[in-house]
Amino acid sequence: MADLSVKIGALALKNPVMTASGTFGYGIEFQDFIPLDGLGGIIVKGTTLHPREGNDYPRMAETAQGMLNCVGLQNKGVDYFCEHIYPLIRDIDTNMIVNVSGSSPEDYAECAARIDALEHIPAIELNISCPNVKDGGMAFGVTCAGASSVVKAVRRRYHKTLIVKLSPNVTDITEIARAVEAEGADSVSLINTLMGMAIDVERRKPLLSINTGGLSGPCVKPVALRMVWQVAHAVKIPVVGLGGITTARDAIEFFMAGATAIEIGTANFLDPAVTIKVRDGINEWLDSHGCRCVQDIVGCI
Amino acid sequence: MRFFSYFRAKFHVIMMKKYVLDLLVRAVEHVSTKHVLLRLTHPEPLPDMQPGQFVEVRIDGSPSTFLRRPISIHFVDRENNELWLLVAMIGDGTRRLGLLKPGDVLNCILPLGNTFTLPQAIPAKYLLVGGGVGMAPMLFLGAEMHRMGCQPTFLLGGRTKGDLLELELFNRYGRVFVTTEDGTMGEKGFVTNHSLLQQERFDRICSCGPKPMMMAVARYARQTATACEVSLENLMACGLGACLCCVEKTTEGNVCVCKEGPVFDINRLLWQI
Repeated sequence: MADLSVKIGALALKNPVMTASGTFGYGIEFQDFIPLDGLGGIIVKGTTLHPREGNDYPRMAETAQGMLNCVGLQNKGVDYFCEHIYPLIRDIDTNMIVNVSGSSPEDYAECAARIDALEHIPAIELNISCPNVKDGGMAFGVTCAGASSVVKAVRRRYHKTLIVKLSPNVTDITEIARAVEAEGADSVSLINTLMGMAIDVERRKPLLSINTGGLSGPCVKPVALRMVWQVAHAVKIPVVGLGGITTARDAIEFFMAGATAIEIGTANFLDPAVTIKVRDGINEWLDSHGCRCVQDIVGCI
Repeated sequence: MRFFSYFRAKFHVIMMKKYVLDLLVRAVEHVSTKHVLLRLTHPEPLPDMQPGQFVEVRIDGSPSTFLRRPISIHFVDRENNELWLLVAMIGDGTRRLGLLKPGDVLNCILPLGNTFTLPQAIPAKYLLVGGGVGMAPMLFLGAEMHRMGCQPTFLLGGRTKGDLLELELFNRYGRVFVTTEDGTMGEKGFVTNHSLLQQERFDRICSCGPKPMMMAVARYARQTATACEVSLENLMACGLGACLCCVEKTTEGNVCVCKEGPVFDINRLLWQI
């Protein structure tokens, strides 16, 4: 049995497998399928200061080895989360991490501050990369100045582990990664979805209500892997890798590219027990290759 | 338990344990050129399932089919430990289901979603309206009602005679009325044109089928002040209420059809009817 524990800054994970925000609800939706405490962390649905209805239906289109979505951060707001959802998830024995989004640096900071007060939430993932909202989201994540402004505002009011989720929809992701590192981010996670589109040729109309959406699934994995590798060489803080991971072998690739931990997203829709299978597969791979811990292979490329 | 009843009342959610199971294909019947009936079983007793619920089927061997496909529960044969799915073969994924052979394995997540409202008191006069492959969940619902001692009335519609499937099975559980758009069977026209609706009134209507049909049924229900539930089939990814893709606008905002539905009281929906 290899040692699967890893650390993201001060945050200790019992294993490197987490769930990607927006693909795993609040965790409880999957409790019939896996022991939730068997995961390294659960990153819950994107949460904003004020409630959001999200975009109109249709919000999803299937693509080759992937899918597009334009959910648009539908959530009931941070106060509802603190009051009604937190009590349901606070005792799950894993790192319950909240994905935080907003439409201004002040919004992000206020939302983060309210979550800072929750004892059993040891970290947040700052979403500066949602491609599906007009006001904020990816707007901040595509420039160094925008990314810096949000991280700076949040860092002042959030004192636990701060992970910043990066957008791949940029010319050079390493610049953004360095910018958020300089403002005090403890870690970066990447990649959020790639902005894409699909068209119904018979109706001559886009398949998504807002025309474009975020692409995820195995089809984005090579792009994600390349960006993780680039960023891992550009920053000193730990990198969390995600994008199309479906198998333990995919996860091993991300570790080798420089990720300390990984998130599984779209694959949860195909197999709700995939996370535990990937965790066990990582352990088997490490054992069969004479590795004692995950760190043995992190960044070996 | 108080928590769960609160949760259910507040969110219209059914708290039934869900499973991922490799079901064994026992029989494959091509009931029409476009429809296949799959009879599935499992070495262990199948989980409890209720009328209106659905399963998410993994489609193997179809490169263009990435996500699972939601398929409504057509019938549960508890005596033979069988789950029946009636599949309309439309795209590559569902056509692939038509190629299954007895002995094959079909990976399913089940049971998912909520249920039609079963009668609280007997007798109850229910009208079950199914259009096209939307007649699938009506068989299970009618069978459950029959088991409770009710005799439901089925009103089934199709474009043509060949769309009306398994009428002898429906006949076992209640009265059956049919319409076809081309008049090749039953009364000519849509289900809502059937003379039955002018002659009788019902305590409740349950409906599944194309949206225009369900909207017409909902309009009839509203005009006659009849309780009415419809089963929606919005595009889904997870089926578990996690991805928020399949939302429908309701009086309480956007809600997931996979979790708070697929069955909705028409008064919860914002349909212009």
